[in-house]
Amino acid sequence: MKAFLALLEKELKIVFSSPIAYVFIGLFLTIAGFFFYNIMAWFDRISMQSMAYAQMYRMPPQPINVNMMALRPFFHNLTIIALFLLPGFTMRLFAEEKRQGTLELLETSPITNWQLTLAKFTAAWILWGITLALTGILVGMLFFFGNPEVGQILSGYLGMFLVGGAFIAIGMWFSTLTENQIVAFISALGANLVLLSLGWLSNFAGATLGKIFANIDPIGHFDDFAKGVIDTKHIVFYVSFIFMGIFLSFMSVESARWRGSR
Amino acid sequence: MIRVENLTRYYGNFPAIEDVTFDVDKGEILGFLGPNGAGKSTTMRILTCYMPATSGKATVAGFDVFEQSMEVRKRIGYLPEHPPLYPDLTVDTYLDFVAKIKGVPAQERKKAIDDVIDRVGLQDVRNRTIRKLSKGFKQRVGLAQALVHDPEVLILDEPTVGLDPKQIIEVRELIKSLAGRHTVILSTHILPEVSMTCQRVVIIDKGRVVAEDTPENLSAKVKSTERILVEVEGPQDEVKQKLTSVPGVKNVSLENANGTARFVIDSELDKDIRKDLANTVVSQGWGLLELRPMDVSLEEVFLRLTTKE
Repeated sequence: MKAFLALLEKELKIVFSSPIAYVFIGLFLTIAGFFFYNIMAWFDRISMQSMAYAQMYRMPPQPINVNMMALRPFFHNLTIIALFLLPGFTMRLFAEEKRQGTLELLETSPITNWQLTLAKFTAAWILWGITLALTGILVGMLFFFGNPEVGQILSGYLGMFLVGGAFIAIGMWFSTLTENQIVAFISALGANLVLLSLGWLSNFAGATLGKIFANIDPIGHFDDFAKGVIDTKHIVFYVSFIFMGIFLSFMSVESARWRGSR
Repeated sequence: MIRVENLTRYYGNFPAIEDVTFDVDKGEILGFLGPNGAGKSTTMRILTCYMPATSGKATVAGFDVFEQSMEVRKRIGYLPEHPPLYPDLTVDTYLDFVAKIKGVPAQERKKAIDDVIDRVGLQDVRNRTIRKLSKGFKQRVGLAQALVHDPEVLILDEPTVGLDPKQIIEVRELIKSLAGRHTVILSTHILPEVSMTCQRVVIIDKGRVVAEDTPENLSAKVKSTERILVEVEGPQDEVKQKLTSVPGVKNVSLENANGTARFVIDSELDKDIRKDLANTVVSQGWGLLELRPMDVSLEEVFLRLTTKE
């Protein structure tokens, strides 16, 4: 546990004492803000239309559900931004240690590869948590102008936290496979996109294969969270997905010594 | 303290080291000498538990590097060829991290870090970011990292590479001061370094140990001939022939330098033939420009052991 905490602390210190964290968070929030503005502008327009129709037909205006009409697509957008940006953060996790030669320090110190992979994953997950928390500023603004439902927001955030964890787990694994960060980035992004497109393809892939495809896509499991439904089956999916990523990373670091490829 | 028995490591079909055997006593500094690619780093990486051997056995402080890897790791300080530094951390933060993962208890950590910073002379830069340090300081941080948990065994892979002459002397002094308190294996391809810092030398070439002794003995062993340099003005072939006929001369080789002929003469040991050589040249009426004995340096010992004639 001590070694795990030391590794975690080091990881966070490096991320926050270099531009990495700030660039990541800044970029994420900028893109998120852009999507948020667009969705809000659109939401504003359909609200106005609804008022206009109400006047036209002399009926009380239909309230439009901000959770379903605005926040749900916004949360979906955030997961897509994460799909593209998180590999940019995870690419350095192991690749940089290899290139810098610091893996040689870690692998000759009395720590286990479990401690190492878990600490790295946790550090990245914490950064993702902080980034998500900061998007709360955007969502928080809605409370000044309306009364969105808190439950759906919390479930959406839980879902996004888990989706991010899945992307981090994949990205970390690709980072253990190479010492080239660009290779790690592109292959992790490619893997994310393949998983996403499997989700789309599921409609055309026939009964059995379609079901497999639909269930393998991390974003596909997110929609219930975005609707405000917390279903155990999705939580189980994300937890096992994350564990698989950590396990593959562990195996890859552990076996590198046998292959003599480091 | 360190025992290495028949250690072999293959990379695919290529043997990086084969049948390497040596041991190091407690408190001793062992020089590990060899040309680039001889297998020095591979041996050190096996000893530090970074990679396993294909066959053979190595123990550090009585613990097997493979079976009891964690015990070995606690007792070893390792400076790889490239110091394993995190450029974004400050020297203090970095050493604190290393102390933590090496298992230095919390209450001793601050003192351990202060001590090691004093020992390697990093007082002035301890709050600086490692990225901004000069190469010499980075190397010292690397050394500090290996020393911070006061390990019984230190393994240093080419610790003076890339330093300026003043820094090299400082680092060598530092390493010398480690003897007694730590057991040290020091790899290098710079020979004077070995004669200056080490009590014993293992010479390794193409993955095999070719010699193992004190630096002095090694020079003496290889020094089966005396060498003399003679520079003569005269017909080269004739001079060479005459010089070869001087009693006691084993071999004469010609080196051309600026029109005059320089000969390197190997003669039998314990026999001073300088006078005979001078007489031979002068009596022929040739000009004797230079005549001086040459020392067989450790460099040559090394070359003779590592190159086949």
